[in-house]
Amino acid sequence: MKLKLLIPLVAVTALLGLLLLGLGLNSRDLPSPLVGQPAPAFTLESLEDPETILTEQDFIGEVALVNVWATWCSTCRQEKPLLMELARGGIPIHAFNYRDERDAALRYLEMTESPYRTIAYDPAGDAGIDWGVYATPETYVLDAEGVIRYKRIGPLTRQLLLDEVLPLIEKLRAEKLRAENLSAEPSRRTS
Amino acid sequence: MVAELGNFALILALCLALLQSVLPLVGAQTGSLRLMRTGRFLASGQFVFLAIAYGVLTWAFVASDFSVRYVASHSALSQPLMYKVTAVWGGHEGSLLLWVAILGAWGVAVARFSRSLPREMLARMLAVMGMVSVAFIAFTVFTSNPFDRLVPGPADGRGMNPLLQDPGMILHPPLLYMGYVGTAVVFALSMAALMGGRLDAAWARWSRPWTIVAWVFLTLGIAMGSWWAYYELGWGGWWFWDPVENASFLPWLTATALLHSLAVTEKRGGFKVWTLMLAIITFALTVLGAFIVRSGVITSVHAFATDPDRGVFLLAMLAATLLGSLTLYAWRAPRVGLGGGFHWFSRESLLLANNVLLTVACAAVFIGTLYPLVLDAFGLGKISVGPPYFDAVFAPLMLPLLLLVGLGPTVMWKQSSPAEVVRQLRWVLLASVVAGGLWPLTMGAWRPLTALSLMLGSWILLTALLDIRKRLAGRQPLATRLRRVLRPSFLGMHLAHVGLALVVVAIAMVNTYEVERDVRMEPGQTASAAGFDFTLLRMEAVRGPNYDADQAVVEVTRDGRPVATLYPQRRYFDTQPQNPMHQASLHRAATRDVYVSLGERLVGDAWSFRLYYKPYMAWMWSGAILLALGGLLAAGDKRYRLSRRREREAAARPGVSREVTAS
Amino acid sequence: MSRWMAGLLMLLALALSPGIALATAIGEPLAFDSEAQRQQYETLTRELRCTVCQSETIHESNAELAADMRRRVYQMTRDGMSAEAIVDFMVARYGDYVRYRPPLQANTALLWASPFLLFGGGLLVWWQVMRRRSRLDDEPEFTDQERAALERLRRGD
Repeated sequence: MKLKLLIPLVAVTALLGLLLLGLGLNSRDLPSPLVGQPAPAFTLESLEDPETILTEQDFIGEVALVNVWATWCSTCRQEKPLLMELARGGIPIHAFNYRDERDAALRYLEMTESPYRTIAYDPAGDAGIDWGVYATPETYVLDAEGVIRYKRIGPLTRQLLLDEVLPLIEKLRAEKLRAENLSAEPSRRTS
Repeated sequence: MVAELGNFALILALCLALLQSVLPLVGAQTGSLRLMRTGRFLASGQFVFLAIAYGVLTWAFVASDFSVRYVASHSALSQPLMYKVTAVWGGHEGSLLLWVAILGAWGVAVARFSRSLPREMLARMLAVMGMVSVAFIAFTVFTSNPFDRLVPGPADGRGMNPLLQDPGMILHPPLLYMGYVGTAVVFALSMAALMGGRLDAAWARWSRPWTIVAWVFLTLGIAMGSWWAYYELGWGGWWFWDPVENASFLPWLTATALLHSLAVTEKRGGFKVWTLMLAIITFALTVLGAFIVRSGVITSVHAFATDPDRGVFLLAMLAATLLGSLTLYAWRAPRVGLGGGFHWFSRESLLLANNVLLTVACAAVFIGTLYPLVLDAFGLGKISVGPPYFDAVFAPLMLPLLLLVGLGPTVMWKQSSPAEVVRQLRWVLLASVVAGGLWPLTMGAWRPLTALSLMLGSWILLTALLDIRKRLAGRQPLATRLRRVLRPSFLGMHLAHVGLALVVVAIAMVNTYEVERDVRMEPGQTASAAGFDFTLLRMEAVRGPNYDADQAVVEVTRDGRPVATLYPQRRYFDTQPQNPMHQASLHRAATRDVYVSLGERLVGDAWSFRLYYKPYMAWMWSGAILLALGGLLAAGDKRYRLSRRREREAAARPGVSREVTAS
Repeated sequence: MSRWMAGLLMLLALALSPGIALATAIGEPLAFDSEAQRQQYETLTRELRCTVCQSETIHESNAELAADMRRRVYQMTRDGMSAEAIVDFMVARYGDYVRYRPPLQANTALLWASPFLLFGGGLLVWWQVMRRRSRLDDEPEFTDQERAALERLRRGD
């Protein structure tokens, strides 16, 4: 008889424990399956110059951030100062201007400074879907080979930068340096 | 000033509830009549203060007192009076106040209608209800107080979500809460019986009316929610297996099992542990439902704003409920006792199967609802479990149950002969197979699953008619025979089962044969769907009490004959003109609904429309009403019989009536 | 506590979240090359979840992202991609979250197995109880204690 009662008791405790755990989770955070994948291809006009066509290759080359923003996104304004700091610190930041109007975006960039190296204009949100964007602002960290190594959904915060983003960028830069040294070695030996 | 009064009244109610949890219980343990009697008085007092608190909040809405934060976020100056009053339960805090007020009302009802209960049991029951009240009122006062002030108060409020400004929405929450609170009553009765060591047929008899009434309200509340979603949201959907919908469906499933299990306990003394466990689980599922909806642990369109503190409080309540009741059961288990034996083929064995199937279905929906949470909690990924899963899992579990529904009334208690039952039912079986098999052909393509569902629906209907005919047979005078048929519990059972059959038929038909078409129409153009022709006559601009709308006038004809004129709208509410809502327009008939939703303006004068053809939809709502009606009839029966018998006893003392539980 | 909160949190979330504008889900009617294509589109839009909304399919949702996803599903369907390929495409970008029909894989094995396990368990329980009950001797239906209780009830204590 004791066993018969023990089973429901264990089950109930397990359920309660699970629900307690669940309270601590944020049910809205979606981990991105693109982390570890190469940056998805796209072909878009440059925001500043409609004649110039940009592709994902324009975002690849060095360790960089890719920021998805729009003028109608109020939270994007909040993270702008942080992005400016990063840009001044020498970290290249590329961007998608997502589902926006070219004129409004250009005006916005004129009024405040622009932290962005290159901006791809994605009015239809097609590249957005390819990159798994669903809530602006979003920020990706690309390594030198163009593989997505990190994705942040929501605005960047100073804490996040200190804890996760900046250490990651350092690590990726070190990786790139090691890779360059390795490829340079054979030529050194022969000489 | 007045809002503070409301808060004060709430706190007084909390104090009374605290007393109510303790004094009657002590009284029952010590045998003190005075202490036991306090239960009734405290319950009434508690309700008075809860009613005052609720009245104050309502007044705050009607007077547009926007210094109360809750009023400011759910009302606006332009809001129609009716929706100001119903906005009281439009948000988390206010709906909780409604809940505790209803709990208080049921407490008074219990005190009033339970004169036949032994004093100790009534006292214990009121004490347990007092504990539930304490938990919910404390939750309201400390984590979700509707009387919090907003200083300075804004000039105009945000307004209630326009989707909720609708007649259907007025009834849905109160009905549902009446049902939820009813499960607390049954739980309290079971706990009281357990404490007193009296889990007997009498306990089952007292529990039955309360269980049935709670079940009726749950049924109506769920049906109301579905009905509202169907005609208001304009997608033609009526059930989405959303976690919050499931939160109301889970206790309904176990409550259905409970009221059938009670039948066995009452008539045969069996299934006591089942009944007890079901009573506990049903109430626990209610608390779990509150947790799911109000703590943010599961994403849902329906969830109220989330707050981890609230979640922890609710979790503590759930823990107290489950652990407390299970501990009490463990302590008192030796007193529960078993009922008698029964044969493999008997009404008891079928009802046992009924219990098992409903519990299994409930468990399946439960697992599906919580599974994403489990994976997330263990870091195993984030998945979604939606209608494709639930539809695939639930229907196969329900079909065998429908077979039992038709079989049950014909099979006798304790032992029945399969051969005899087959002999009685074979023609009905044949007729059901034929009717169900041929019916889909009237709609279009024949599908095996649809045919099976229709066969089962017909089976339930025809077995009910057969059973009624059996009762009408005989050589007694017509009045006696009629009285036997019209006996509420008998008629109620069959009405409810027929209601279920109607719902099953509606679901099968709609899911198989519904038609939905997106079309583009300019004024004067016609589009067709499912044999109906829809002509856009013209577009108009109309003004409502707090919105502007684009209205389309669509004429519906079939084979040239006019059917209806529909007026779908796209509403731009004053409080949020950039988020238009659409208001579908529908025409109902016995065997089909036809309706139109207005989309957006396209190039030129054209607008996009979505045309719907929904066969047999009306049967779903009629079925739900029959379910409720059948339940009410059955509930009415017991008390009526009890009080009549009491009068007879009083008149015939010291004789003892030999009539055991008949029917 | 049901569909009636449908708008509130959705609208609240949409109003507060960084600018998710609302479109309507009833747009220009779509043309397909075949009935099979239309069926595929209709099924897919009802089985893919809108990631910004709180539990809505992309078929129902008014959000812009849902419109984007619908458009992409339409394009891919017209291009001849199979339903699986389209779902894989979305999953590769948004994760398993976007599927309302949970896939059959390692972490969902228990989910899909549970109905069978539950049903089997239920059958077992029924069997066990029946074996016990049908073997019981013909006991009187009520114990003496219960009979006494019923008497008390009848007498109206």
